[in-house]
Amino acid sequence: MTNSWTDIGNTDLVWIMGGNAAEAHPCGFKWVTEAKHNRGAKLMVVDPRFNRSAAMADHYAPIRPGSDIAFLSGVVNYLLTNDKIHKEYVRHYTNAAFVVKDGYTFDEGLFSGYDAEKRSYDRSSWEYEIGPDGFAVRDMTLSHPRCVFQLMKKHFAPYTPEMVERVSGTPKDKFLKVAEWAASTANGERAMTIMYALGWTQHSHGAQNIRTAAMIQLLCGNVGIPGGGVNALRGHSNVQGITDVGTLTAAIPGYLALPTESEPTLESHLGKRGFKPLLPNQTSYWQNYRKFYVSFLKSYFGAKATPENEFGYQWLPKLDVAYDCLRMFDVMHQGKTTGLLCQGFNPLMSIAYANKTRAALSKLKFLVSMDPIETDTVRFWENHGEFNNVDPAKIQTEVFMLPVTSFVEEEGSFTNSSRCIQWKWKAADPYFESKPDIDILSDLFSRIRKMYEKEGGKGAEPLLAIDWSYKDPSHPTADELLKELNGKALVDLKDAEGKVVRAAGQQLASFGEMRDDGSTDGAMWIYTGVYGPSGNFAQRRDNADPSGLGVYGSWGFSWPANRRIQYNRASADPQGNPWSERKKYMFWNGQRWTGPDVPDYVPTIPPDRATGPFIMNAEGVSRLWVRGLMADGPFPVHMEPFESPLAQNPVFPKLRGNPVARVFKGDMEVFGNAKDFPIVATTYRLVEHFHFWTKNVHANAVVQPEFFVELSEELAKEKGIKLGQMVRVWSNRGEVKGKAVVTKRMTPLKVDGKTVHTVGLPLNFGFIGETKKASPINSLTPAVGDANAQTPEFKAFLVNIEPIDGPVA
Amino acid sequence: MFPPIPNPTTQATPPKFGDADLIRKSASNITPAAKRQTEVAKLIDVSKCIGCKACQVACLEWNNLVEDVGVNVGVYDNPHDLTPNTWTLMRYTEYDNPESGNLEWLIRKDGCMHCEDPGCLKACPAPGAIVQYSNGIVDFVKENCIGCGYCVKGCPFNIPRISKVDHKAYKCTLCSDRIAVGQGPACQKACPTQAIVFGTKDEMKKWADLRIKDLKERGFKNAGLYDPPGVNGTHVMYVLQHADKPQIYAGLPNNPTISPIVELWKGMTKYAGLAAIGAFAAFGFLHHVVSGPNRVSDEDERNAKRLTEGQSR
Repeated sequence: MTNSWTDIGNTDLVWIMGGNAAEAHPCGFKWVTEAKHNRGAKLMVVDPRFNRSAAMADHYAPIRPGSDIAFLSGVVNYLLTNDKIHKEYVRHYTNAAFVVKDGYTFDEGLFSGYDAEKRSYDRSSWEYEIGPDGFAVRDMTLSHPRCVFQLMKKHFAPYTPEMVERVSGTPKDKFLKVAEWAASTANGERAMTIMYALGWTQHSHGAQNIRTAAMIQLLCGNVGIPGGGVNALRGHSNVQGITDVGTLTAAIPGYLALPTESEPTLESHLGKRGFKPLLPNQTSYWQNYRKFYVSFLKSYFGAKATPENEFGYQWLPKLDVAYDCLRMFDVMHQGKTTGLLCQGFNPLMSIAYANKTRAALSKLKFLVSMDPIETDTVRFWENHGEFNNVDPAKIQTEVFMLPVTSFVEEEGSFTNSSRCIQWKWKAADPYFESKPDIDILSDLFSRIRKMYEKEGGKGAEPLLAIDWSYKDPSHPTADELLKELNGKALVDLKDAEGKVVRAAGQQLASFGEMRDDGSTDGAMWIYTGVYGPSGNFAQRRDNADPSGLGVYGSWGFSWPANRRIQYNRASADPQGNPWSERKKYMFWNGQRWTGPDVPDYVPTIPPDRATGPFIMNAEGVSRLWVRGLMADGPFPVHMEPFESPLAQNPVFPKLRGNPVARVFKGDMEVFGNAKDFPIVATTYRLVEHFHFWTKNVHANAVVQPEFFVELSEELAKEKGIKLGQMVRVWSNRGEVKGKAVVTKRMTPLKVDGKTVHTVGLPLNFGFIGETKKASPINSLTPAVGDANAQTPEFKAFLVNIEPIDGPVA
Repeated sequence: MFPPIPNPTTQATPPKFGDADLIRKSASNITPAAKRQTEVAKLIDVSKCIGCKACQVACLEWNNLVEDVGVNVGVYDNPHDLTPNTWTLMRYTEYDNPESGNLEWLIRKDGCMHCEDPGCLKACPAPGAIVQYSNGIVDFVKENCIGCGYCVKGCPFNIPRISKVDHKAYKCTLCSDRIAVGQGPACQKACPTQAIVFGTKDEMKKWADLRIKDLKERGFKNAGLYDPPGVNGTHVMYVLQHADKPQIYAGLPNNPTISPIVELWKGMTKYAGLAAIGAFAAFGFLHHVVSGPNRVSDEDERNAKRLTEGQSR
């Protein structure tokens, strides 16, 4: 989230799209009901289904799954053609004025630099024009034909309301109401928040969905202000924390990069990341990358990390390619993986194309599951009839189950969607022999290290070099680990005058204290401050809110630097005054930046220095056009899902799906076509369950006991399906069976001249647990991911449906 | 936000009401306490309810109820009706609003309304099986219940359910055990959006006014409070978007009243009925003396055990 859950209470308009907050985030959704009740805020929901959030909405618009970019681009076009943008914000706080260098083109859906054979772009032409002074060229009148603003007007012109209706199936009047309501906030007086989740990410163009939303918010001036923002609703209590701490395939903790094979030395890695300011007087905060990186290496390798050995850089793995889930299971499927350690992971249920996952798991020598509950994955070898139809005799994978404690049985911290790190205390004793994950991993680590010490072996060095100086090496405590993430001074840190500002051994108060000479450590710079010299701030539970704006600055600790709204310098105009009294947040008081939050800015830089509010960017401003930072283009483009019901892309007939999305051999061949699979399917959670966990909980099973398929009355009539009847749904990769929920909440849409039906498939059911047995929903889904993030396309694919014999309720 | 009810003290707290606060007791004449306690009420705001069923689960958990895992019959309602173990149930209605042309998904939490004039109590022939406290809560006293089912007939909302296991009647207690120590009902505590709030009946009416104002501003011109006069008002009330059409909310009665037969029964027949029941009991005793007790087989015991554990796992 750019903002926070509690900040949603400050909004005037909530736009939920690509998510279903009432269903998947019922407790967070209360802030929507608060804004509605206290401020008269309006709620609009755009979704393929009239869902639980829609039930609460003032306006609902249906959309065909996978056509979000067309819809959102239609809103961008509406704002631009009707001149309903927050002009001063756009001019000063976005890159609208930046001139793009000659040679950048966009033609029939493709940008300059496309290589069809490699399915990738050469992005070198996606750059700004740089002036003789070494800085980017701008035209503050926004009239230069190659300035971002003019390029944008041209780029989004095709997305008329008529085109949106043709592509997305959204009736024009319903689309226009969304656009008009959004436009009503483009003035600095009113705010709109956008709430999204996996309904936007799980597409072959997921990252571009979110980018288009961000563009709308920037055009309306809704980023950095209370009640605004682009707010990702994270789906687990701690999935924000797990992302922060570096489980991304190509990252180390704190969103720093894992080295690649093309970066053989530390300097070659850091040198690429100078992030020189593109305008005079800019902060370009990533210039500190080196300090964060070296502090990380010091945390990892301790005293063994020295300037002479590049702080242990050579002990880090160097990536050849990124090993995301899709690739991981593809490699496994090729029989190249010996063992898999699943920690809180149920891949048979959660990875695309379950038949492939099952076959891949069957090729492992061993599978270890660390989980508080028995997962479907650890039973993948067991025959559960049609729900998991395997021959156990043919599977040789050895499976180990290591029961771990659940979150209430151990202390530690959770980081929520608001980036707020909150400590939790142990509330119950663990069951039987279950152990905390930390203990199991530490024990495993110690044993492996001992074996290497005794026997040697390939790749032993990094394991032997790791600093493991916890009080009890087999039981590192959560307290020690959070301290380690925060970092400390290794020697007395002195300021320019030689005064000691942080004594050796003291915890660091902020990442501003980190150094690149090895005199500080800290495994994750963004968390620095959570456990500073004054103690563990994650444990703070002061719910005072002096400003009344839901800031709660002394509750837990929000990264970075305990900031509750990111980019909050943008809540004031270039002169440092609030845009309006209604939206007053951070402002310049003549001496410094002040307000209820921690300024996202150097607090003493005066407005007249014209330092941009987006200090993480080398431009100092936000990016409407993202240069070469995304694999599939600096502007979003409507791309069809890989399995599309349409013969061609109505906006760009020559472009079909994402031209640079990666598809593995074997996965391409099992895409279905609209002739055999004419119906669009989309998957989602139900509020009664949490993923695949609560099917093991009796009370949850009572309130939602059985897998079902949601379909419209029209489709039911066409196929002869009755309410409560068993139906079979199949794609080119597998099939599932469930009860038919025939509902007015699903409606057929008219798309590009034809009727498109959508069926909804809840994902929570499996063959282990208290709910009725069902096949994994991912028996159906395609193994293609987003071109940038490789998140699989679970939200739009093709199936067919028929009624089958079975109990009619 | 409605001010939340503070968390309870961990100290043992004496109950705030008890037998001395009864105003009605089935098939009994009592002298009500001179002064009524402040009337309480639960307000269910249908327009804020996301249908998450947290209230349903909280009810199961607090009251130690175990419901069977059922099946899906093509709708979101699960279980499909109130049962002796399911005292509250979300009912989902898809409503095509003919005036606005919009689809509405109306989600109503069903359960005992705690009528000021309780039909169940009036119909009940078992002395002391149903009581009403002076704060308005209508409670079933299991020990005194004879399982006759008259309460079901007497209820204008079709709420009580008779257990096939112990032949007693069950329904929502408005968490009288929690209210007695200053807490709100479990469903209210669990509700994430404050669609359920709890307090004095006056407070609830005032809060409802605010909600109705908000709904009217959003175009629901018939938004209103459901506090039906036919039963002298209820201690569970709804805010409805369409208060002129309660029946569209999964059959909520437009104008609930106690069946005239029950009124008649209460007036006169009840005592004759009681005499008949007494005679039947006397026959039973005689039968016991003459023929000896019924024998219970091991199989019966096993079945009973399984049933009382309420599951077939």
